[in-house]
Amino acid sequence: MRVTVIDYKAGNLTSVLKALRHLGAETEVTDGDLALVEKAERIVLPGVGHFAATERLDATGLTPAIRAAIARGVPFLGICVGMQWLYAGSSEAPQQPGLAHFAESCTHFAESKEKVPHVGWNSLEVRKGSRLLAGVEPGEFVYFTHSYKAPVTADTAAVTRYIEPFASSVERGNVMGVQFHPEKSGATGLKILHNFLSWEGKRTGQAKGTE
Amino acid sequence: MITKRIIACLDVHGGRVVKGVQFVDLIDAGDPATQAARHAREGADEIVLLDISATHEGRATLLDTVRRTARELFVPFCVGGGIRTAGDAAQVFEAGADKVSVNSAALNDPMLIDAIGRSFGAQAVVVAIDARRDPQAADPVRDAQVFVQGGRKPAGRRVVEWAREAEDRGAGEILLTSMNSDGMRTGFDCELTAAVSEAVGIPVIASGGAGTVAHFVDVFGRGRADAALAASIFHFGISSARSLKEELAKAGVSVRLPC
Repeated sequence: MRVTVIDYKAGNLTSVLKALRHLGAETEVTDGDLALVEKAERIVLPGVGHFAATERLDATGLTPAIRAAIARGVPFLGICVGMQWLYAGSSEAPQQPGLAHFAESCTHFAESKEKVPHVGWNSLEVRKGSRLLAGVEPGEFVYFTHSYKAPVTADTAAVTRYIEPFASSVERGNVMGVQFHPEKSGATGLKILHNFLSWEGKRTGQAKGTE
Repeated sequence: MITKRIIACLDVHGGRVVKGVQFVDLIDAGDPATQAARHAREGADEIVLLDISATHEGRATLLDTVRRTARELFVPFCVGGGIRTAGDAAQVFEAGADKVSVNSAALNDPMLIDAIGRSFGAQAVVVAIDARRDPQAADPVRDAQVFVQGGRKPAGRRVVEWAREAEDRGAGEILLTSMNSDGMRTGFDCELTAAVSEAVGIPVIASGGAGTVAHFVDVFGRGRADAALAASIFHFGISSARSLKEELAKAGVSVRLPC
């Protein structure tokens, strides 16, 4: 299957592309070619770095193109900052709006004696019905590295605890996000990416789950 | 619950893994890509590759090594050695690294930390500090000195202060190597690790001196380390990351298991 990977020049895509190809996906990268997004079968928005970098998605016209693709029912996966972008915004860059597919906003971890960024392998409390995290057993770990996080809501697919519970995965219809890095999370991460790649994809409104 | 990371470190010289005692007397320990894959398979939470030759002539060899090593590696992968500019870092990221570690070049030009962090995010910048205690100093921990050039030359900076500055400039993690204990298998420098870990809000990776499971328990407890690096403990089949983590779990340390 073909996956369109969005490059917004924040950090490097190598690891994500490598993992997708390892799973048999054919990948194409765009940093502004809207035609590729219009024809996309599946979209991955990776992301390491600063939320402000998502400004480039607006500047290149990718934001409305992605919004339209999502409305068409194209399976979409946002990783790390790519997940945070699905929300209304982040306190990391308050002037920069997100896609607002999910109404809430991302915030910095609360002050505590714990280290921030949250770096390392942590566990997932997977909620029932998640297609992305199907087959992920309690006690499996994934790799995180982030200082901002999304709140736990009805759309949360998995909760992780660090300083406070936060949404380590979100899922509604064809739109999915993970705060962790599946491309860096060993066999568990590859299983999650495989779930994304093998999900059939239904038109919006017909998707199983909360819609 | 966040787990303590066990990081396998490969010191690479001329495209081969090597191991020395206190940075000298190098022994050949295999092919980097093969070794990295084995460590990941055997439960290492992360792989660090340090190019200890780090010459300009060796850049192409290093990038080739990084590319080969990254190809089938699906755990975090950090590369250090000879990264002098944000451009050097960009090449290493493009070859497949997730993080770079900077050492001497950051001491010469601390803005390098800011520059890499701006382009690739703080999570991608590890500041490596080679620390040496002077037993004669009034306060050996507070006065521990940063060394550069593979531990040959004092940088004229105190370890704890430099770690704080690195954090302020946007480093995502500190990799602290005790030169006094490196390769000795007599245990980590827990006092110095704890001093650095308490001084900064970012994760600290302890390095230098791993020899037994008890050393790891100690550095995660008393040493307040968030991760620990091991090289010689694994290379010659002494132990795998998995068996080390199984022992750590028995000792009450939270680790990623099964792995």
